[in-house]
Amino acid sequence: MGALLTPRGWWALIGSGLIAAVGVPLANLLPAPGSALHLPDYMVPLLGKYACFAILALSLDLVWGYAGILSLGHGAFFALGGYCMGMHLMRQIGPRGVYGHPVLPDFMVFLNWKELPWYWQGFDQFWFAALMAMLVPGALALAFGYFAFRSRVTGVYLSIITQALTFALLLAFFRNDMGFGGNNGLTDFKDILGFPVQARATRLGLFVASVAALGASFLICRLVVASKLGRVLLAIRDAESRVRFLGYSVTNAKLFAFVLSATMAGVAGALYVPQVGIINPSEFSPANSIEIAIWVAVGGRGTLIGAVAGAGLVNGAKSWLTGVAPELWLFALGALFVVVTLFLPRGIVGLAARWKAREP
Amino acid sequence: MIDDRSGRLSDALLYLDGVSVSFDGFKALNALSLIVGQGELRTVIGPNGAGKTTMMDVITGRTRPDAGAALFDGRHDLTRLDEAAIANLGIGRKFQRPTVFENLSVFENLELALKAPRGVFAGLGFRLGGGEARRIEDILVQVGLAERRHQQAGALSHGQKQWLEIGMLLVQDARLLLLDEPVAGMTDAETEATAGLLRAIAGERTVVVVEHDMEFVRGLGCPVTVLHEGSVLAEGSLDKVQADPRVIDVYLGR
Repeated sequence: MGALLTPRGWWALIGSGLIAAVGVPLANLLPAPGSALHLPDYMVPLLGKYACFAILALSLDLVWGYAGILSLGHGAFFALGGYCMGMHLMRQIGPRGVYGHPVLPDFMVFLNWKELPWYWQGFDQFWFAALMAMLVPGALALAFGYFAFRSRVTGVYLSIITQALTFALLLAFFRNDMGFGGNNGLTDFKDILGFPVQARATRLGLFVASVAALGASFLICRLVVASKLGRVLLAIRDAESRVRFLGYSVTNAKLFAFVLSATMAGVAGALYVPQVGIINPSEFSPANSIEIAIWVAVGGRGTLIGAVAGAGLVNGAKSWLTGVAPELWLFALGALFVVVTLFLPRGIVGLAARWKAREP
Repeated sequence: MIDDRSGRLSDALLYLDGVSVSFDGFKALNALSLIVGQGELRTVIGPNGAGKTTMMDVITGRTRPDAGAALFDGRHDLTRLDEAAIANLGIGRKFQRPTVFENLSVFENLELALKAPRGVFAGLGFRLGGGEARRIEDILVQVGLAERRHQQAGALSHGQKQWLEIGMLLVQDARLLLLDEPVAGMTDAETEATAGLLRAIAGERTVVVVEHDMEFVRGLGCPVTVLHEGSVLAEGSLDKVQADPRVIDVYLGR
């Protein structure tokens, strides 16, 4: 009780962080291309993407696995964080766009806009964009969560309105006059903090930043989960009304977890966009948000390590299968969800724990 | 009725007057009036549907009455506060079906109930002090769960869960304990032990027990209030109310 991690836990966390943050760059840079130890260039942003997805899975696990809030709209917070970073990267293009306009991004010139909308102001500054990538999803979660939790919307009803939330944003961002590039979204990024986004060193830097953010997110979640507040959240998950009769504000506890979670999802989105080079409204699609829940379920909800493992495994399988037999992926995903729901209610982590318990 | 009891009003811990609640036309409470004094031990009995649970719902803020007054400590209007605020005034409730947090240990259940700041950030930075830990230990001994402190609450027997829930009300430092059928599912020996525990608690705290088990009610040896169709039918010692023809009518049918 109280301790953030056991000594062994700290070693495992620091060890795996170092292996990822040092090992991956070394394997990419040192061995000659073609050697068995060489990590191909395309793998670096791919692994970085997985790290972002792992942060996203952690954020969902915090609210679903610990507080019992099954949000099926977490993709929205991720996408909003991504759009904030995308706006910064668009502003960084400056006069190098196709139309060569000194300030306006290409799509605005194309739409015959004369000046930058007010909500694009400030995004030329990296610090501002980074701040907004956390504040915008956090503020949306605060407003949405306040009304939903105060009205005691729970369970399936809450899941449905979170789906509606992300779907509404999907439709809004598709519109050209919203000023976010319509269905093409934001792309053709040139550089970030002065480094070209396509360069190998930049990609390694982004990967290391993603792994560091993943480690920080893990520790923040661990801090919450190991505190008394974490036990209040568990109690809310298991017997919400009983918690009220103990004198705790269920609304406030849920709101805290939800806003923190949305902020983390926003950071994940902001790190994701420069690595994949594009952000468009499809990130808001309801199916994306459902997929996040599948990662967490596969890994084992209610365990932080499970969320990270689930995100890595499912996305690894997705990358592999969509390469080998793309038409099979959705069937595999569906089957995976059915199998986990029926046979592995506690996910891979639960399975591992059972094996460990069986050993003499 | 209010006037001739006005002398008691000042020291009444719980004061319900003319409380009515209806659900879809069904009158669950019908101008119910009940006064419980500081430190009193009181049993509330009545047939199914008499309004016992609804009365507890009104006192703890789960149900808003359509009419009537509900005051705690003569000052706090219970009809205007939510569940959490009422709990923080010092009203603790044990439900009919024991609801403990099954995935937390016995100790953690008590730690959650322990009187301490209830805010989100207070919870984030909470560290159990030595005095508080001793207080939880005392309660663990008092409710006979000291051996099981690290067990998951879900693994406890039905009777042990009931005791854990009573223990949670004690560490919560509730001034008024509302206990809905605290001995349901207990063996005779456990029932007797529970009666002893409640008698020991009363005096320092005020205890209102809703119960069906007449042996247990006799064991508590305290004044009894009989509810029927949402209002008070009779009040007094168990022998007196059992001799009341109206009570016999209600329980045995006409």
